[in-house]
Amino acid sequence: MPHADVTPMTMAEKILARACGRASVAPDQIVVASIDLALSHENADLVRKSFREIGVSRVWDPERIVIVLDHRIPAESEKTATTHKAIREFVAEQGIRRFYDVGRGGICHQVLAENGHVLPGMVVVGTDSHTTTHGAFGAFATGIGATEMAGVWTEGKLWFKVPATLHIEVGGALPRWVSAKDLILYIIGQLHSDGADYQAVEFDGPAIRHMTVASRMVLANLSMEMGAKVAFTPVDDQLLDFLHRHTHLPASDLSAYAAWHPDPGARYQKWLRIDASAVLKEPQVACPHSVDNVRPVSAVGDVPVHQAVLGSCTNGRLEDLEMAAYVLTGRHVHPHTRLLIVPASQQVYLEAMRLGYLETLVTAGAIVNPPGCGPCVGVHQGILAAGEVCISSTNRNFIGRMGSKDSQVYLASPAVVAASAVAGHIVHPKEVVA
Amino acid sequence: MTKVLLKGRVAAVLPENTDTDVIYPGRYLNITDRDKTAEHLFELAYPEIRGRIQPGDILVAGKNFGCGSSREQAAAAVKYAGVGAVIAVSFARIFYRNAINLGLPAVVAQVDAAEGDELEIDLEEGRVVNLTRNRVFDAAALDPRAVELLDAGGLIPYLKGKVLGSGC
Repeated sequence: MPHADVTPMTMAEKILARACGRASVAPDQIVVASIDLALSHENADLVRKSFREIGVSRVWDPERIVIVLDHRIPAESEKTATTHKAIREFVAEQGIRRFYDVGRGGICHQVLAENGHVLPGMVVVGTDSHTTTHGAFGAFATGIGATEMAGVWTEGKLWFKVPATLHIEVGGALPRWVSAKDLILYIIGQLHSDGADYQAVEFDGPAIRHMTVASRMVLANLSMEMGAKVAFTPVDDQLLDFLHRHTHLPASDLSAYAAWHPDPGARYQKWLRIDASAVLKEPQVACPHSVDNVRPVSAVGDVPVHQAVLGSCTNGRLEDLEMAAYVLTGRHVHPHTRLLIVPASQQVYLEAMRLGYLETLVTAGAIVNPPGCGPCVGVHQGILAAGEVCISSTNRNFIGRMGSKDSQVYLASPAVVAASAVAGHIVHPKEVVA
Repeated sequence: MTKVLLKGRVAAVLPENTDTDVIYPGRYLNITDRDKTAEHLFELAYPEIRGRIQPGDILVAGKNFGCGSSREQAAAAVKYAGVGAVIAVSFARIFYRNAINLGLPAVVAQVDAAEGDELEIDLEEGRVVNLTRNRVFDAAALDPRAVELLDAGGLIPYLKGKVLGSGC
């Protein structure tokens, strides 16, 4: 729990102070923090190799390591199969129990959330840049490289430069068809892809507190695309209720975590106010080839779409599939377009099946991929040919991200992706759903 | 000790926001031998660069170099292609840490340079000299932690030293 009666601190400062055992910390200080959770996916094999090179025999704490296979599942090649096998052998040898194999988990960030592995105040590092997602659970969560993770597996600690904090207060309400994805794309468009480099971001305000936990995960997840080290949404009753359901900890134990909030009077590098009702009149689209190349959907022009992808750690959760099913009920995917649905996890898959969303989507002409990263990282399950255009609910539209260097990726909300799949070109959902 | 004075020829001048997919495409992430990653450096966007890199060459880039993924292969591919240092107006944080951890100097500076120019980087003084154009540019001082890691040759040798030093 945070210390009382000290210098007012931001959320990032408060957590790092706790994790390095100081009463307070300030931006630009270098601190060595103890790590509460260390996450890896297939690149655990790369970590394993570096760990072997360091030469210690046992990881510092097998209970604090989580490994989830998600980038290439099921194995698409013999090379990947060999990697998966090496990871299975390593987790067995080291006694790492929180290992989510093919068919047991899904995308690592969704798996951590569903299994209640992340709690407010934790320091979480992951060998995946979208580890920032866990700021939605009040954790200082950030991406690191594989060799650095080998160091964490060895010592259980890591150095950080204490980040300055950007506070974003979002007032008003999101209009119909405008989602968390549109809000964060709008913000990235304003601040640009290095607008939060090295910084912590705190989101708050009525529009944020009104959002589901799944939607808050979208904000924390995509903050990485403006360079944020970590990004937080509020620890409030809604989050504590989510944690109660997913950690199975008694509500009385969880209530103490409500103490994880930025202190009144904390110092911010920048304070940004956004009136969502005023600036977000319609869905936003990130055009090729950068996430900050953002326009309102009406300004994108006539863009025919060959492939539409709904999935990823950004937007592959139940509410996203629900939106797609809503848009596609009684409609069909355009004959010139392919719609790929990738549930973020086995749990999301099962729930979407029970609720009939998958039946609706498949009836409409969508194909359902197994839960995982799927085509987002451009290795399998929906690669683009030269000249093809994809509208995607994922997180990156860099050159060649999803296939040919001569393909194009537009990023948008699940509603825009689903509507564009029906129209065969990028559209505002209101043009498809009356 | 890492050499505090690095001299090299500019192999390429890259735009701002050069991302990790451009540096190292995701399709090759299942390659875990660091030296083999070099074969795919800039493969999709700038396939011509790799062939002209000579050992010790320098890459010069705009702001936010290495934005995007945490993939360490991006920094490994640069290093194992023979690049001696990367100079950028700024680096995305994970790429920066990956570079230093692999023993690849990442220097924050805004320099005027063109392909083929000879540069000299003084890591200690925080200075880049364009010998071809006879111009001097300030560079940000490296964090003490980064100096320590570069001195050791990267994080693995650094931790190896610590582990052996402590006798465990």
